[in-house]
Amino acid sequence: MFAKKKLVVVICEGQLENTLIDDLHEMKVYGYTICEAKGEGSRGVRAGDWEQNRNIRLEIVCSEKEAERVFTHIKNEYFENYAMITYMSEVEVIRGDKFV
Amino acid sequence: MAENFLDPVILFFGLGLLAGILKSDLRIPEQLYETLTIYILLAIGLKGGIKLSHATVGSTLTSIVASMVLGAMIPLIAYPILRRLGKFNRSDSAALSGHFGAVSSVTFAVALDYLISRGIYFEEFVPVLYITLEVPAILVAIALARFKSEKKNIPIQKLMREVLLSKSVFLLLGGLLVGYLGLSSKMGPIEMVFFDPFKGVLALFLLEMGLVTSRRLKDVHKYGIFLLVFGTCFPISMAVLACFMGKLAGMSVGGSFILATLAASASYITAPVTMRMAIPEANPSLYLTSSLGIVFPFNIMLGVPLYYKISTLVHLI
Repeated sequence: MFAKKKLVVVICEGQLENTLIDDLHEMKVYGYTICEAKGEGSRGVRAGDWEQNRNIRLEIVCSEKEAERVFTHIKNEYFENYAMITYMSEVEVIRGDKFV
Repeated sequence: MAENFLDPVILFFGLGLLAGILKSDLRIPEQLYETLTIYILLAIGLKGGIKLSHATVGSTLTSIVASMVLGAMIPLIAYPILRRLGKFNRSDSAALSGHFGAVSSVTFAVALDYLISRGIYFEEFVPVLYITLEVPAILVAIALARFKSEKKNIPIQKLMREVLLSKSVFLLLGGLLVGYLGLSSKMGPIEMVFFDPFKGVLALFLLEMGLVTSRRLKDVHKYGIFLLVFGTCFPISMAVLACFMGKLAGMSVGGSFILATLAASASYITAPVTMRMAIPEANPSLYLTSSLGIVFPFNIMLGVPLYYKISTLVHLI
């Protein structure tokens, strides 16, 4: 009943929100969830208490191949200049065909 | 000058600053901060629009030209100083010069309040100058960063959209339009919301700005004495330049003072958003610290009354 998929998580500056969504559409990756996040990392505290300090958490459930494409793109485009971390884990979903 | 410190709006700023420095758990929710920003920008636009609807054209065009020239000039003057004397790299210098060129809406609101509370005349079209100064400044800063740069850049159309449709430009223009077109007979209830409580809302906003500034203050020493000196002397020189240009354009003492405050203020809404997109390699902590930790508190507490003095003196010459 369950299909194995990858859960890709990107936690980054809120300012990248629209850009990342555009990128995902361009890569034909449809379906994501975004929520507000706060935390601290190598680029300091991102308290989310005002606009320029806002963080988001972007989640995508997809196949391993798609996940790799998304990671490669993010790594090449944004790692150098933006406060962000990414990771991936395995999840089990029902309706596996819903996720590319 | 001392009188300015006792203005309740400035006292609220001090209160926020104090709360931040003493590490009080006081926190203004982000949604409220956003709401207050929208309120202030709309209120300024609306007020300008209503006044414009029964004003004469007069010095409008020359003042708009003056503000555009000034907007383009500020980053061009700031950039070589930051690069040569400040020893900042190309991206940081360009991003910083964009921030110094673009405008701080709250400083603008405080300057307007300074004139209104003293009953001093100023031209109705000043909210337009906010836009005509800010847009060229940001565009020139982006051009400075891109000049000879081999980095892969995001498309210019996308950047233009970001600049022209940025929250502050859009809300100010929108407010101006609604104020200008709206039937004056139906403005009553709108005025009750947007005009009468304006000063109270501004005070609340400055409480939040005090908190935000206090968090930036601890970073000021990281960037050394140069940024501190530049962050105070540069706005003053731009204010002097703006007063002369305002006078040349045929503006009143009050109008030139507003133009001076616009030229002297540094942005922390539009510029950080557009610069982060256009020049991602520039250090955001550097420009936010200079805008919020140095220029903003300086302008609010000392700059605004000083620029009024400068404008008065320039108009006496």
